[in-house]
Amino acid sequence: MAIDKRVASAAEALRDVRDGAVVFISGFGGAGFPNVMIRALRAHGARELTLVVNSATHRYSATHELIEAGLVEKVICSAARGRDKELSPFEKLWKQGKIALECVPQGNFAERIRAGGAGIPAFYSPVGVGTELAAGKEVRRFAGRDCALETAIAGDLALIRADTADRYGNLTFRHAQANFGPVMATAAKLAIAEVRATLDDAIPPERVQLPGLYIDRVVTEGTPACSA
Amino acid sequence: MQRLNRRQMAWRAAQDVADGMVVNLGIGLPVMVADHLPSGRDVFIHSENGVIGAGPLAAPERADADLVDAGSRRITLRAGASIVDSASSFAMIRGGHIDLTILGAFQVAANGDLANWDMRVPDKGPLVGGAMDLAACARATWVIMEHATRSGGPRLLPRCTLPLTALGCVRRVYTDLAVIEVTADGLLVHELIDGLSRAELQARTGATLRYAPACRALRAPPLAEAG
Repeated sequence: MAIDKRVASAAEALRDVRDGAVVFISGFGGAGFPNVMIRALRAHGARELTLVVNSATHRYSATHELIEAGLVEKVICSAARGRDKELSPFEKLWKQGKIALECVPQGNFAERIRAGGAGIPAFYSPVGVGTELAAGKEVRRFAGRDCALETAIAGDLALIRADTADRYGNLTFRHAQANFGPVMATAAKLAIAEVRATLDDAIPPERVQLPGLYIDRVVTEGTPACSA
Repeated sequence: MQRLNRRQMAWRAAQDVADGMVVNLGIGLPVMVADHLPSGRDVFIHSENGVIGAGPLAAPERADADLVDAGSRRITLRAGASIVDSASSFAMIRGGHIDLTILGAFQVAANGDLANWDMRVPDKGPLVGGAMDLAACARATWVIMEHATRSGGPRLLPRCTLPLTALGCVRRVYTDLAVIEVTADGLLVHELIDGLSRAELQARTGATLRYAPACRALRAPPLAEAG
C-alpha cells in the first residue's frame, strides 16, 4: 500500500496515546510550538504524563494547558520559571508538590534527546559539573576535564511543529522553527508532526530537513483539535 | 563619580569584541552589546536556538514569529547567516566553536566561578536555559553586571554563595565601576571610573583587588539609559 502518513484529525493522530506516556513537545521562544496537537492531547485526556519540553512556562506555548488540566506528573526541562510575579500553572503545582521537576542545562537536554534517538544510552558532558544540576552523577576525567555521565532520554510520543510535509512524512521548517523538533522526533516511538501545509508532491530530496522515516503521522494546521 | 549606566556598560564590553568573532550574548544587558560594536568589526551573533548571524530586531511590520533569538525577541538575519536545530547549536557551543559568550551574573568569584542562573527566589521555578553550557564551553566567558547588589552588597566575592553555573570560567568582568580581569592570582583591575578611589572600589568588592600597572580611567560616551 502506498505510504501516506497524513491523518484526518489531531484526535485521530493521538488515538493510541496512553496514560503514563513520556511526551516530547518542541518549540522555543514562540517558534515551533505544536499548539494544535498540545490542545488535542489535553482533549484526549491521557494522564500521568511526563513532559520533555524546553520550557514548562513559556507564554506562547500551550504546554501550560496540559499542566493546568492536571494531566502531568513530571516535567523535564531547562526553564521552569514564569516571567510574571504571579506564579505560572507549573510553579503553583510544583510548589504544592503535585508535579515533579528535572531541570537540565539546555545543551545536555538536547543532546540527551539526540542520544535517545541515535542509539547512545549515555555520554559524558562537561556541562554542569560542579553545580547542583550534576550532583550525584558519575564523574570521569577526560583530557584533563571533569565530565558527568548523562543518560539518554527516549519517549513514547513527540509532538513537533514544522512548516510543510509530504505524504511520506518528510518535513521542512521555517527559520528557527526546527529547534528541538528534529531530535525529539528521533527519540519517540510515535512522532506526530503538526504542519502549516501538506504538499501533494514529494518534497525535493535536497530540501528535506527531517526525513520522513522519523515521522509517523502528519496533521495539518487547522484540523479541528477535537473532531470526533 | 561617573558611574556607567547599563547601555554604557554594554558599550564598554563591545569595544573589546574582536573582528571575526562568533559571540553569544545573554538575555538582558548582554544582548545590548550587539548595538555598540565598533564599525568595521565583522561579528557573528550566535543564539542558542540555532541562529548563527542574528541581526538587529525586526521592525514590527516585518517581525516573524518563527525568527526569534534566545530571548524570544523577533529578529532579522545578517548576510551569511545560517540556522540549525538545537542539538547542533549546542554541539557548536560544547565543541568550542563559539569564541566568546557575554553573560549577566548575580555573583562572580575571584577564581572565576560564576553564579547567574538561580537567585533562590521563593516559589519561583528554576531557569537554567543554556547558561551552564555556554559558561562551561564557550572559548571565553565575560560578564557584564552591576558592581554591587541593589542593597549595596558585593557581587565580586572570594566564593559564590548562590548556586553555581560553571567553575572557573569567567575571564573578564565589566561593571558600572570597573573593568576587571580574572587571573590565576585573583581579580586584576584594568579600568576604574573617575571620582572613585581604589579604597572605595575595594569597599564595594568582596574579594581582594589588585591593579594593573597600566590601570586607567573607565570612560564611555554619553548614552541614554536602556528602557
